[in-house]
Amino acid sequence: MPELCGIELAHPVLNASGTYDAIAARAVFGDALLDDFPFGAFVSKTITPEPRAGNAPRRIWETPSGMINSIGLPNKGLEGFLAEDLPRLAELPVPLIVSIMATTREDFARCVGRVAARAEVAAIELNVSCPNVHSGLIVGEDPSETEALLDALRPLTEKPLIVKLTPNVAAPAAVAGGAERGGADAVSLINTLKGTATDPATGEPALGNGYGGLSGPAVRPVALEQVRSVRAAVDLPIVGMGGISTGADAAEFLALGAVVVAVGTESFRDPRAGARVAAELESSLRPERISEAALDLD
Amino acid sequence: MSAPFGRRLCEVAANRDSGGYRVVSVIDREGPGPRAGQFYMLAAASGWGGRDGRAFLPRAISVAATRPAAGGGVRLDFLLDAVGPGTARLGELGEGEAAWITGPLGNSFAAPREVSAGAAGAVLVGGGVGVAPLALLRRRFSEHDVPHRVLLGFRDRAHTGGLDLFCGSSGALCPDVRLATEDGHTGLQGRVTDLLLPILAGDDARSGVVYSCGPPAMLEAVRTLCAEHAVAVELALESPMACGFGACFGCAVPKPGGGFLRLCVDGPVLRGDEVEEVSHAYA
Repeated sequence: MPELCGIELAHPVLNASGTYDAIAARAVFGDALLDDFPFGAFVSKTITPEPRAGNAPRRIWETPSGMINSIGLPNKGLEGFLAEDLPRLAELPVPLIVSIMATTREDFARCVGRVAARAEVAAIELNVSCPNVHSGLIVGEDPSETEALLDALRPLTEKPLIVKLTPNVAAPAAVAGGAERGGADAVSLINTLKGTATDPATGEPALGNGYGGLSGPAVRPVALEQVRSVRAAVDLPIVGMGGISTGADAAEFLALGAVVVAVGTESFRDPRAGARVAAELESSLRPERISEAALDLD
Repeated sequence: MSAPFGRRLCEVAANRDSGGYRVVSVIDREGPGPRAGQFYMLAAASGWGGRDGRAFLPRAISVAATRPAAGGGVRLDFLLDAVGPGTARLGELGEGEAAWITGPLGNSFAAPREVSAGAAGAVLVGGGVGVAPLALLRRRFSEHDVPHRVLLGFRDRAHTGGLDLFCGSSGALCPDVRLATEDGHTGLQGRVTDLLLPILAGDDARSGVVYSCGPPAMLEAVRTLCAEHAVAVELALESPMACGFGACFGCAVPKPGGGFLRLCVDGPVLRGDEVEEVSHAYA
Protein backbone atom coordinates (compact mmCIF):
# COMPACT_ATOMS: atom_id res chain seq x y z
CA MET A 1 0.00 0.00 0.00
CA PRO A 2 1.48 3.38 -0.96
CA GLU A 3 2.20 5.82 1.80
CA LEU A 4 3.20 9.42 2.18
CA CYS A 5 5.05 10.49 5.35
CA GLY A 6 3.61 7.49 7.17
CA ILE A 7 0.04 8.13 5.94
CA GLU A 8 -1.28 5.00 4.28
CA LEU A 9 -3.07 5.61 1.02
CA ALA A 10 -5.46 3.33 -0.87
CA HIS A 11 -3.74 4.47 -4.06
CA PRO A 12 -0.98 6.94 -4.92
CA VAL A 13 -3.02 9.61 -6.71
CA LEU A 14 -3.92 12.78 -4.81
CA ASN A 15 -5.59 15.95 -6.03
CA ALA A 16 -3.57 19.09 -6.53
CA SER A 17 -4.62 21.78 -4.06
CA GLY A 18 -7.22 24.12 -5.45
CA THR A 19 -8.43 21.85 -8.22
CA TYR A 20 -11.21 19.97 -6.47
CA ASP A 21 -13.87 21.31 -4.12
CA ALA A 22 -15.10 18.09 -2.55
CA ILE A 23 -17.94 19.89 -0.79
CA ALA A 24 -19.27 21.38 -4.03
CA ALA A 25 -18.68 18.10 -5.87
CA ARG A 26 -20.70 16.22 -3.25
CA ALA A 27 -23.56 18.67 -3.72
CA VAL A 28 -23.43 18.11 -7.48
CA PHE A 29 -22.83 14.38 -7.65
CA GLY A 30 -24.27 13.23 -4.32
CA ASP A 31 -22.81 10.55 -2.07
CA ALA A 32 -21.58 8.66 -5.14
CA LEU A 33 -18.57 10.93 -4.69
CA LEU A 34 -17.84 9.30 -1.32
CA ASP A 35 -18.57 5.75 -2.49
CA ASP A 36 -16.11 6.13 -5.33
CA PHE A 37 -13.80 8.88 -4.10
CA PRO A 38 -11.23 9.57 -6.81
CA PHE A 39 -8.20 10.40 -4.68
CA GLY A 40 -5.98 8.48 -2.27
CA ALA A 41 -5.81 11.55 -0.03
CA PHE A 42 -7.61 14.87 -0.33
CA VAL A 43 -5.75 18.17 -0.35
CA SER A 44 -7.89 21.18 0.54
CA LYS A 45 -7.97 24.40 -1.36
CA THR A 46 -5.45 26.79 0.18
CA ILE A 47 -6.77 28.57 3.25
CA THR A 48 -5.47 31.94 4.40
CA PRO A 49 -5.72 33.66 7.80
CA GLU A 50 -8.56 35.91 6.65
CA PRO A 51 -11.31 35.28 4.07
CA ARG A 52 -10.54 36.11 0.45
CA ALA A 53 -13.03 36.75 -2.36
CA GLY A 54 -10.55 35.92 -5.11
CA ASN A 55 -9.55 37.80 -8.24
CA ALA A 56 -11.77 39.76 -10.58
CA PRO A 57 -12.87 37.88 -13.68
CA ARG A 58 -11.84 36.81 -16.20
CA ARG A 59 -10.19 34.00 -14.24
CA ILE A 60 -9.44 31.25 -16.74
CA TRP A 61 -8.12 31.08 -20.28
CA GLU A 62 -7.70 27.96 -22.37
CA THR A 63 -4.28 27.49 -23.96
CA PRO A 64 -2.80 24.77 -26.17
CA SER A 65 -3.09 21.60 -24.07
CA GLY A 66 -3.65 23.58 -20.93
CA MET A 67 -5.14 26.59 -19.23
CA ILE A 68 -4.10 29.69 -17.35
CA ASN A 69 -5.89 30.52 -14.12
CA SER A 70 -5.88 33.59 -11.93
CA ILE A 71 -8.38 32.48 -9.32
CA GLY A 72 -6.77 34.34 -6.42
CA LEU A 73 -7.27 31.82 -3.58
CA PRO A 74 -10.90 32.52 -2.68
CA ASN A 75 -11.55 30.89 0.70
CA LYS A 76 -13.46 31.37 3.94
CA GLY A 77 -10.37 32.14 5.99
CA LEU A 78 -8.95 30.07 8.82
CA GLU A 79 -11.89 30.31 11.20
CA GLY A 80 -14.51 29.82 8.49
CA PHE A 81 -12.64 26.80 7.23
CA LEU A 82 -12.34 25.24 10.67
CA ALA A 83 -15.97 25.86 11.55
CA GLU A 84 -17.71 25.12 8.25
CA ASP A 85 -15.53 23.19 5.83
CA LEU A 86 -13.29 20.96 7.95
CA PRO A 87 -16.15 18.94 9.50
CA ARG A 88 -17.51 18.24 6.03
CA LEU A 89 -14.11 17.38 4.56
CA ALA A 90 -13.62 15.01 7.49
CA GLU A 91 -16.49 12.95 6.06
CA LEU A 92 -14.38 12.07 3.04
CA PRO A 93 -13.19 8.46 3.10
CA VAL A 94 -9.49 9.38 2.72
CA PRO A 95 -6.80 11.18 4.72
CA LEU A 96 -7.10 14.97 4.68
CA ILE A 97 -4.23 17.32 3.91
CA VAL A 98 -4.89 21.02 4.51
CA SER A 99 -3.12 23.62 2.39
CA ILE A 100 -2.17 26.86 4.15
CA MET A 101 -0.77 30.19 2.97
CA ALA A 102 0.06 33.33 4.92
CA THR A 103 2.22 36.38 4.39
CA THR A 104 3.94 36.48 7.77
CA ARG A 105 5.58 33.76 9.83
CA GLU A 106 3.30 34.67 12.72
CA ASP A 107 0.16 34.19 10.62
CA PHE A 108 1.57 30.99 9.15
CA ALA A 109 2.26 29.73 12.67
CA ARG A 110 -1.22 30.63 13.88
CA CYS A 111 -2.81 28.75 10.95
CA VAL A 112 -0.56 25.72 11.29
CA GLY A 113 -1.15 25.54 15.02
CA ARG A 114 -4.93 25.75 14.74
CA VAL A 115 -5.18 23.31 11.83
CA ALA A 116 -2.69 20.78 13.18
CA ALA A 117 -4.59 20.63 16.45
CA ARG A 118 -7.58 19.13 14.65
CA ALA A 119 -7.64 15.36 14.67
CA GLU A 120 -9.30 15.26 11.23
CA VAL A 121 -6.12 16.63 9.66
CA ALA A 122 -3.48 14.11 8.60
CA ALA A 123 -0.91 16.54 7.19
CA ILE A 124 -0.38 20.15 6.23
CA GLU A 125 0.77 21.49 2.90
CA LEU A 126 2.50 24.87 3.00
CA ASN A 127 1.75 27.03 -0.03
CA VAL A 128 4.86 29.20 -0.12
CA SER A 129 4.18 30.87 -3.47
CA CYS A 130 3.48 34.09 -1.63
CA PRO A 131 5.47 37.04 -0.34
CA ASN A 132 6.76 37.43 3.18
CA VAL A 133 5.52 40.98 3.79
CA HIS A 134 8.48 41.65 6.08
CA SER A 135 11.21 40.70 3.64
CA GLY A 136 9.30 41.30 0.42
CA LEU A 137 10.63 38.02 -0.91
CA ILE A 138 8.46 35.26 -2.26
CA VAL A 139 9.12 32.59 0.35
CA GLY A 140 9.18 29.73 -2.10
CA GLU A 141 11.60 31.51 -4.41
CA ASP A 142 14.29 31.76 -1.75
CA PRO A 143 15.97 28.80 0.00
CA SER A 144 16.75 30.76 3.20
CA GLU A 145 13.22 32.17 3.49
CA THR A 146 11.84 28.68 3.06
CA GLU A 147 14.22 27.25 5.64
CA ALA A 148 13.41 30.03 8.09
CA LEU A 149 9.69 29.48 7.66
CA LEU A 150 10.10 25.78 8.35
CA ASP A 151 12.30 26.58 11.36
CA ALA A 152 9.39 28.58 12.73
CA LEU A 153 6.68 26.03 11.93
CA ARG A 154 8.43 22.74 12.58
CA PRO A 155 8.20 22.91 16.38
CA LEU A 156 4.45 23.51 16.24
CA THR A 157 3.37 20.07 15.11
CA GLU A 158 4.49 16.52 14.64
CA LYS A 159 2.13 16.14 11.72
CA PRO A 160 3.80 16.00 8.32
CA LEU A 161 4.61 19.36 6.74
CA ILE A 162 4.67 19.26 2.96
CA VAL A 163 6.17 22.23 1.14
CA LYS A 164 4.51 23.05 -2.19
CA LEU A 165 7.31 24.27 -4.41
CA THR A 166 6.87 26.94 -7.04
CA PRO A 167 8.33 26.18 -10.46
CA ASN A 168 8.97 29.87 -11.11
CA VAL A 169 12.58 29.80 -9.94
CA ALA A 170 15.90 29.03 -11.55
CA ALA A 171 16.72 26.21 -9.13
CA PRO A 172 13.78 24.57 -7.37
CA ALA A 173 16.18 21.98 -5.97
CA ALA A 174 17.86 24.70 -3.90
CA VAL A 175 14.51 25.70 -2.39
CA ALA A 176 13.77 22.04 -1.72
CA GLY A 177 17.10 21.95 0.13
CA GLY A 178 15.95 24.84 2.31
CA ALA A 179 12.73 22.97 3.06
CA GLU A 180 14.70 19.86 4.00
CA ARG A 181 17.09 21.76 6.29
CA GLY A 182 14.11 23.40 7.96
CA GLY A 183 12.60 20.03 8.77
CA ALA A 184 9.94 19.56 6.12
CA ASP A 185 8.63 16.01 5.73
CA ALA A 186 7.98 16.16 1.99
CA VAL A 187 7.84 18.48 -0.98
CA SER A 188 5.12 18.70 -3.62
CA LEU A 189 5.74 20.06 -7.09
CA ILE A 190 5.02 21.74 -9.34
CA ASN A 191 2.69 24.63 -8.69
CA THR A 192 1.54 26.47 -11.83
CA LEU A 193 3.95 28.24 -14.16
CA LYS A 194 3.49 31.98 -14.47
CA GLY A 195 1.83 32.75 -17.77
CA THR A 196 -0.41 35.16 -19.57
CA ALA A 197 -2.37 35.62 -22.78
CA THR A 198 -4.05 38.43 -24.62
CA ASP A 199 -7.65 38.32 -25.73
CA PRO A 200 -7.54 38.47 -29.53
CA ALA A 201 -10.84 40.34 -29.51
CA THR A 202 -9.41 43.25 -27.53
CA GLY A 203 -5.61 42.95 -27.57
CA GLU A 204 -5.77 43.38 -23.80
CA PRO A 205 -4.62 40.86 -21.19
CA ALA A 206 -7.13 38.04 -21.20
CA LEU A 207 -7.19 37.62 -17.43
CA GLY A 208 -8.61 40.11 -14.97
CA ASN A 209 -5.46 39.93 -12.90
CA GLY A 210 -3.21 40.43 -15.92
CA TYR A 211 -1.45 37.09 -15.56
CA GLY A 212 -1.98 33.72 -14.00
CA GLY A 213 -0.65 30.20 -13.66
CA LEU A 214 -0.36 27.71 -16.51
CA SER A 215 -1.37 24.09 -15.93
CA GLY A 216 -2.32 21.03 -17.90
CA PRO A 217 -0.33 18.71 -20.16
CA ALA A 218 1.54 21.73 -21.56
CA VAL A 219 3.62 21.94 -18.36
CA ARG A 220 4.35 18.23 -17.91
CA PRO A 221 7.94 18.16 -19.27
CA VAL A 222 8.83 21.10 -17.03
CA ALA A 223 7.34 19.35 -14.03
CA LEU A 224 9.17 16.11 -14.79
CA GLU A 225 12.51 17.87 -14.98
CA GLN A 226 11.88 19.68 -11.72
CA VAL A 227 10.96 16.42 -10.02
CA ARG A 228 14.14 14.87 -11.38
CA SER A 229 16.34 17.72 -10.18
CA VAL A 230 14.71 17.90 -6.75
CA ARG A 231 15.02 14.13 -6.37
CA ALA A 232 18.74 14.44 -7.07
CA ALA A 233 19.15 17.17 -4.44
CA VAL A 234 17.11 16.07 -1.42
CA ASP A 235 15.99 12.88 0.29
CA LEU A 236 12.44 14.09 1.03
CA PRO A 237 9.47 12.23 -0.40
CA ILE A 238 8.11 13.98 -3.47
CA VAL A 239 4.46 14.50 -4.42
CA GLY A 240 4.80 14.87 -8.19
CA MET A 241 2.31 16.76 -10.31
CA GLY A 242 2.01 18.85 -13.43
CA GLY A 243 -0.12 17.89 -16.39
CA ILE A 244 -0.86 14.32 -15.36
CA SER A 245 -3.86 13.05 -17.27
CA THR A 246 -3.17 9.33 -17.64
CA GLY A 247 -1.59 6.48 -15.73
CA ALA A 248 1.33 6.58 -18.14
CA ASP A 249 1.92 10.22 -17.24
CA ALA A 250 1.84 9.33 -13.55
CA ALA A 251 4.31 6.49 -14.15
CA GLU A 252 6.81 9.00 -15.54
CA PHE A 253 6.69 11.02 -12.34
CA LEU A 254 7.13 7.89 -10.22
CA ALA A 255 10.02 6.75 -12.41
CA LEU A 256 11.79 10.08 -11.86
CA GLY A 257 11.47 9.90 -8.12
CA ALA A 258 8.01 10.95 -6.96
CA VAL A 259 6.55 8.69 -4.26
CA VAL A 260 2.97 9.68 -5.05
CA VAL A 261 1.40 11.93 -7.67
CA ALA A 262 -1.41 14.45 -7.89
CA VAL A 263 -3.93 15.26 -10.59
CA GLY A 264 -5.16 18.81 -11.04
CA THR A 265 -6.41 20.22 -14.31
CA GLU A 266 -7.42 16.81 -15.64
CA SER A 267 -10.12 16.64 -12.97
CA PHE A 268 -11.80 19.62 -14.66
CA ARG A 269 -12.15 17.52 -17.81
CA ASP A 270 -12.96 14.30 -16.01
CA PRO A 271 -14.32 14.49 -12.46
CA ARG A 272 -13.17 10.91 -11.80
CA ALA A 273 -9.71 11.45 -13.31
CA GLY A 274 -7.92 10.62 -10.05
CA ALA A 275 -9.43 7.14 -9.87
CA ARG A 276 -8.91 6.59 -13.58
CA VAL A 277 -5.25 7.57 -13.40
CA ALA A 278 -4.79 5.27 -10.41
CA ALA A 279 -6.41 2.37 -12.24
CA GLU A 280 -4.40 3.00 -15.39
CA LEU A 281 -1.24 3.23 -13.33
CA GLU A 282 -1.92 -0.07 -11.65
CA SER A 283 -2.65 -1.85 -14.91
CA SER A 284 0.16 -0.26 -16.91
CA LEU A 285 2.99 -1.05 -14.49
CA ARG A 286 3.99 -4.49 -13.48
CA PRO A 287 3.26 -4.92 -9.76
CA GLU A 288 6.89 -5.72 -8.94
CA ARG A 289 8.03 -2.52 -10.60
CA ILE A 290 5.66 -0.45 -8.49
CA SER A 291 6.95 -2.03 -5.29
CA GLU A 292 10.56 -1.62 -6.37
CA ALA A 293 9.97 2.03 -7.12
CA ALA A 294 8.32 2.50 -3.76
CA LEU A 295 11.20 0.79 -1.97
CA ASP A 296 13.77 2.96 -3.71
CA LEU A 297 12.08 6.04 -2.42
CA ASP A 298 11.58 5.04 1.18
CA MET B 1 -31.49 14.78 -8.26
CA SER B 2 -27.73 14.44 -8.45
CA ALA B 3 -25.88 14.14 -11.71
CA PRO B 4 -24.18 10.77 -12.20
CA PHE B 5 -20.65 11.02 -10.83
CA GLY B 6 -18.15 11.48 -13.63
CA ARG B 7 -18.20 11.94 -17.36
CA ARG B 8 -19.68 9.33 -19.67
CA LEU B 9 -19.45 8.52 -23.34
CA CYS B 10 -22.61 9.11 -25.31
CA GLU B 11 -23.52 8.43 -28.89
CA VAL B 12 -24.30 11.31 -31.20
CA ALA B 13 -27.69 10.59 -32.75
CA ALA B 14 -28.09 13.56 -35.07
CA ASN B 15 -26.60 16.84 -36.20
CA ARG B 16 -28.70 19.32 -38.15
CA ASP B 17 -28.59 22.93 -39.23
CA SER B 18 -30.64 25.48 -37.35
CA GLY B 19 -30.50 28.85 -39.05
CA GLY B 20 -26.72 28.97 -39.06
CA TYR B 21 -26.27 27.18 -35.73
CA ARG B 22 -26.09 23.41 -35.30
CA VAL B 23 -28.36 21.23 -33.20
CA VAL B 24 -26.40 18.21 -31.99
CA SER B 25 -28.34 15.40 -30.33
CA VAL B 26 -26.73 12.88 -28.02
CA ILE B 27 -28.24 9.85 -26.30
CA ASP B 28 -27.60 9.69 -22.57
CA ARG B 29 -28.41 6.19 -21.34
CA GLU B 30 -27.57 6.84 -17.69
CA GLY B 31 -28.46 10.27 -16.48
CA PRO B 32 -31.67 11.83 -15.26
CA GLY B 33 -33.44 14.20 -17.63
CA PRO B 34 -32.37 17.83 -17.27
CA ARG B 35 -34.49 20.67 -15.95
CA ALA B 36 -34.84 23.80 -18.04
CA GLY B 37 -31.75 25.96 -17.57
CA GLN B 38 -29.40 23.11 -16.67
CA PHE B 39 -26.28 22.44 -18.69
CA TYR B 40 -23.79 19.72 -19.49
CA MET B 41 -20.03 19.80 -19.96
CA LEU B 42 -19.41 18.50 -23.47
CA ALA B 43 -16.30 17.32 -25.29
CA ALA B 44 -15.79 15.30 -28.43
CA ALA B 45 -14.37 11.86 -27.70
CA SER B 46 -11.92 12.22 -30.59
CA GLY B 47 -10.43 15.25 -32.27
CA TRP B 48 -10.64 17.25 -29.05
CA GLY B 49 -7.37 19.12 -29.13
CA GLY B 50 -6.34 19.55 -32.73
CA ARG B 51 -3.17 20.81 -34.34
CA ASP B 52 -2.94 23.78 -31.97
CA GLY B 53 -3.73 21.78 -28.82
CA ARG B 54 -7.25 23.11 -28.50
CA ALA B 55 -10.00 22.50 -27.63
CA PHE B 56 -8.67 21.23 -24.31
CA LEU B 57 -11.38 21.87 -21.72
CA PRO B 58 -14.96 20.65 -22.07
CA ARG B 59 -17.58 23.26 -22.98
CA ALA B 60 -20.61 24.17 -20.87
CA ILE B 61 -23.72 23.94 -23.07
CA SER B 62 -27.33 24.25 -21.92
CA VAL B 63 -30.04 21.93 -23.13
CA ALA B 64 -32.42 23.13 -25.85
CA ALA B 65 -34.69 20.10 -25.95
CA THR B 66 -34.93 16.65 -24.43
CA ARG B 67 -37.18 13.62 -24.73
CA PRO B 68 -37.03 9.95 -23.83
CA ALA B 69 -34.72 8.04 -26.14
CA ALA B 70 -35.75 4.88 -27.93
CA GLY B 71 -34.12 2.02 -26.10
CA GLY B 72 -33.84 3.91 -22.80
CA GLY B 73 -32.31 7.07 -21.41
CA VAL B 74 -32.82 10.56 -22.71
CA ARG B 75 -32.02 12.36 -25.91
CA LEU B 76 -30.37 15.73 -25.34
CA ASP B 77 -30.39 18.46 -28.00
CA PHE B 78 -27.68 21.12 -27.78
CA LEU B 79 -27.68 24.33 -29.81
CA LEU B 80 -24.15 25.24 -30.91
CA ASP B 81 -22.72 28.42 -32.37
CA ALA B 82 -19.18 27.82 -33.64
CA VAL B 83 -17.42 30.71 -31.91
CA GLY B 84 -14.17 28.87 -31.14
CA PRO B 85 -12.37 25.54 -31.48
CA GLY B 86 -14.57 23.78 -28.92
CA THR B 87 -17.97 24.78 -30.23
CA ALA B 88 -16.70 24.29 -33.80
CA ARG B 89 -15.67 20.69 -33.08
CA LEU B 90 -18.87 19.95 -31.16
CA GLY B 91 -20.88 21.42 -34.02
CA GLU B 92 -19.34 19.02 -36.51
CA LEU B 93 -19.91 15.88 -34.43
CA GLY B 94 -21.40 13.34 -36.79
CA GLU B 95 -24.07 10.74 -36.23
CA GLY B 96 -22.47 7.70 -34.65
CA GLU B 97 -19.56 9.65 -33.16
CA ALA B 98 -19.09 9.75 -29.40
CA ALA B 99 -19.09 12.69 -27.01
CA TRP B 100 -18.12 12.97 -23.36
CA ILE B 101 -20.83 14.49 -21.20
CA THR B 102 -21.00 15.39 -17.52
CA GLY B 103 -24.32 16.48 -16.11
CA PRO B 104 -27.00 17.63 -15.83
CA LEU B 105 -25.32 20.45 -13.92
CA GLY B 106 -26.36 23.70 -12.29
CA ASN B 107 -29.72 24.99 -11.14
CA SER B 108 -32.79 25.66 -13.24
CA PHE B 109 -35.46 28.25 -13.86
CA ALA B 110 -38.17 28.52 -11.20
CA ALA B 111 -41.85 28.60 -12.18
CA PRO B 112 -43.77 31.84 -11.58
CA ARG B 113 -45.71 31.80 -8.34
CA GLU B 114 -48.85 33.26 -9.91
CA VAL B 115 -50.08 31.14 -12.78
CA SER B 116 -53.80 31.89 -12.71
CA ALA B 117 -55.41 32.74 -16.02
CA GLY B 118 -55.37 36.48 -15.35
CA ALA B 119 -51.73 36.70 -14.22
CA ALA B 120 -49.00 38.09 -16.42
CA GLY B 121 -47.33 34.70 -16.28
CA ALA B 122 -43.95 34.07 -17.74
CA VAL B 123 -42.19 36.26 -20.29
CA LEU B 124 -39.27 34.51 -21.97
CA VAL B 125 -36.74 36.84 -23.59
CA GLY B 126 -33.95 35.38 -25.69
CA GLY B 127 -31.35 36.18 -28.27
CA GLY B 128 -28.50 34.44 -30.04
CA VAL B 129 -27.51 30.99 -28.91
CA GLY B 130 -29.13 31.89 -25.58
CA VAL B 131 -32.52 30.95 -26.98
CA ALA B 132 -31.63 27.31 -26.24
CA PRO B 133 -32.61 27.01 -22.57
CA LEU B 134 -35.70 29.11 -23.23
CA ALA B 135 -36.86 26.59 -25.83
CA LEU B 136 -36.82 23.88 -23.15
CA LEU B 137 -38.42 26.22 -20.60
CA ARG B 138 -41.19 27.11 -23.05
CA ARG B 139 -41.85 23.41 -23.59
CA ARG B 140 -42.13 22.84 -19.86
CA PHE B 141 -44.46 25.80 -19.39
CA SER B 142 -46.65 24.58 -22.25
CA GLU B 143 -46.82 21.10 -20.73
CA HIS B 144 -47.85 22.52 -17.36
CA ASP B 145 -50.25 25.15 -18.69
CA VAL B 146 -48.22 28.02 -17.28
CA PRO B 147 -49.30 31.18 -19.10
CA HIS B 148 -46.31 32.46 -21.04
CA ARG B 149 -45.12 34.60 -23.90
CA VAL B 150 -41.83 34.28 -25.77
CA LEU B 151 -39.90 37.22 -27.21
CA LEU B 152 -36.92 36.47 -29.42
CA GLY B 153 -34.43 38.79 -31.08
CA PHE B 154 -32.50 38.00 -34.24
CA ARG B 155 -30.12 40.08 -36.34
CA ASP B 156 -31.31 39.42 -39.89
CA ARG B 157 -32.59 36.83 -42.35
CA ALA B 158 -29.21 35.05 -42.39
CA HIS B 159 -28.94 34.83 -38.59
CA THR B 160 -31.94 32.98 -37.22
CA GLY B 161 -30.12 30.22 -35.35
CA GLY B 162 -32.40 28.30 -33.03
CA LEU B 163 -35.64 29.82 -34.34
CA ASP B 164 -36.92 26.43 -35.46
CA LEU B 165 -36.86 25.30 -31.81
CA PHE B 166 -39.90 27.56 -31.41
CA CYS B 167 -41.77 26.27 -34.44
CA GLY B 168 -44.47 23.60 -34.48
CA SER B 169 -44.34 20.42 -36.51
CA SER B 170 -45.78 22.29 -39.50
CA GLY B 171 -42.75 24.58 -39.44
CA ALA B 172 -44.81 27.62 -38.52
CA LEU B 173 -43.79 29.79 -35.59
CA CYS B 174 -45.71 28.90 -32.44
CA PRO B 175 -48.43 31.46 -31.66
CA ASP B 176 -46.95 32.35 -28.25
CA VAL B 177 -43.70 33.58 -29.86
CA ARG B 178 -43.02 37.12 -31.08
CA LEU B 179 -39.92 38.20 -32.95
CA ALA B 180 -37.82 41.31 -33.23
CA THR B 181 -35.26 41.55 -36.00
CA GLU B 182 -32.74 44.28 -36.56
CA ASP B 183 -33.37 44.29 -40.32
CA GLY B 184 -37.13 44.04 -39.94
CA HIS B 185 -37.48 41.15 -42.37
CA THR B 186 -39.96 39.61 -39.99
CA GLY B 187 -41.55 40.64 -36.72
CA LEU B 188 -40.88 44.00 -35.17
CA GLN B 189 -37.95 45.94 -36.57
CA GLY B 190 -35.79 46.61 -33.55
CA ARG B 191 -34.55 44.79 -30.51
CA VAL B 192 -36.15 42.25 -28.29
CA THR B 193 -36.25 44.79 -25.49
CA ASP B 194 -38.61 46.84 -27.69
CA LEU B 195 -41.05 43.94 -27.36
CA LEU B 196 -40.42 43.59 -23.65
CA LEU B 197 -40.89 47.21 -22.65
CA PRO B 198 -44.67 47.50 -23.27
CA ILE B 199 -45.21 44.26 -21.35
CA LEU B 200 -43.23 45.56 -18.38
CA ALA B 201 -45.28 48.76 -18.50
CA GLY B 202 -48.57 46.80 -18.29
CA ASP B 203 -50.67 46.96 -15.14
CA ASP B 204 -50.28 43.27 -14.41
CA ALA B 205 -46.55 43.05 -15.09
CA ARG B 206 -45.56 42.71 -11.44
CA SER B 207 -47.43 39.43 -11.13
CA GLY B 208 -45.20 37.96 -13.81
CA VAL B 209 -41.64 36.76 -14.12
CA VAL B 210 -39.19 37.45 -16.93
CA TYR B 211 -36.79 34.64 -17.94
CA SER B 212 -33.90 35.64 -20.13
CA CYS B 213 -30.84 34.21 -21.81
CA GLY B 214 -28.71 35.74 -24.53
CA PRO B 215 -25.75 38.01 -25.21
CA PRO B 216 -24.44 39.96 -22.21
CA ALA B 217 -25.61 43.34 -23.52
CA MET B 218 -29.12 42.00 -24.03
CA LEU B 219 -29.18 40.40 -20.58
CA GLU B 220 -27.98 43.60 -18.97
CA ALA B 221 -30.69 45.59 -20.77
CA VAL B 222 -33.33 43.08 -19.65
CA ARG B 223 -32.00 43.10 -16.08
CA THR B 224 -32.06 46.89 -15.93
CA LEU B 225 -35.53 47.22 -17.45
CA CYS B 226 -36.97 44.64 -15.07
CA ALA B 227 -35.37 46.38 -12.09
CA GLU B 228 -36.82 49.71 -13.19
CA HIS B 229 -40.29 48.19 -13.45
CA ALA B 230 -39.93 46.07 -10.30
CA VAL B 231 -40.59 42.87 -12.22
CA ALA B 232 -38.90 39.66 -11.11
CA VAL B 233 -36.33 38.35 -13.57
CA GLU B 234 -34.25 35.22 -13.84
CA LEU B 235 -31.16 35.38 -16.04
CA ALA B 236 -29.33 32.36 -17.43
CA LEU B 237 -25.71 33.49 -17.66
CA GLU B 238 -22.63 32.15 -19.35
CA SER B 239 -19.11 32.35 -17.98
CA PRO B 240 -15.73 30.83 -18.77
CA MET B 241 -15.90 27.49 -17.02
CA ALA B 242 -13.33 24.69 -16.89
CA CYS B 243 -15.15 22.03 -14.88
CA GLY B 244 -18.87 22.72 -14.32
CA PHE B 245 -18.96 21.18 -10.82
CA GLY B 246 -17.44 23.78 -8.53
CA ALA B 247 -13.83 22.66 -8.74
CA CYS B 248 -12.06 25.31 -10.78
CA PHE B 249 -13.53 28.56 -9.39
CA GLY B 250 -13.18 30.03 -12.89
CA CYS B 251 -16.79 31.04 -13.48
CA ALA B 252 -16.85 33.87 -10.95
CA VAL B 253 -19.73 36.34 -11.27
CA PRO B 254 -19.58 39.45 -9.06
CA LYS B 255 -22.30 39.72 -6.42
CA PRO B 256 -23.88 43.03 -5.48
CA GLY B 257 -22.03 44.26 -2.40
CA GLY B 258 -18.87 42.29 -3.12
CA GLY B 259 -17.69 38.76 -3.50
CA PHE B 260 -18.43 36.30 -6.24
CA LEU B 261 -20.82 33.52 -7.13
CA ARG B 262 -19.64 30.37 -8.86
CA LEU B 263 -21.93 30.25 -11.86
CA CYS B 264 -21.69 26.47 -12.27
CA VAL B 265 -23.01 25.63 -8.79
CA ASP B 266 -24.80 28.85 -7.80
CA GLY B 267 -26.29 29.28 -11.30
CA PRO B 268 -26.37 29.31 -14.24
CA VAL B 269 -29.78 30.84 -13.51
CA LEU B 270 -29.52 33.87 -11.24
CA ARG B 271 -32.20 36.26 -10.04
CA GLY B 272 -31.74 39.79 -11.30
CA ASP B 273 -30.97 41.00 -7.78
CA GLU B 274 -28.16 38.46 -7.41
CA VAL B 275 -26.21 40.08 -10.24
CA GLU B 276 -24.21 43.28 -10.03
CA GLU B 277 -24.09 43.81 -13.78
CA VAL B 278 -24.03 41.42 -16.73
CA SER B 279 -20.72 42.15 -18.40
CA HIS B 280 -18.56 40.81 -21.18
CA ALA B 281 -15.81 40.66 -18.57
CA TYR B 282 -17.17 37.40 -17.24
CA ALA B 283 -19.82 36.34 -19.71
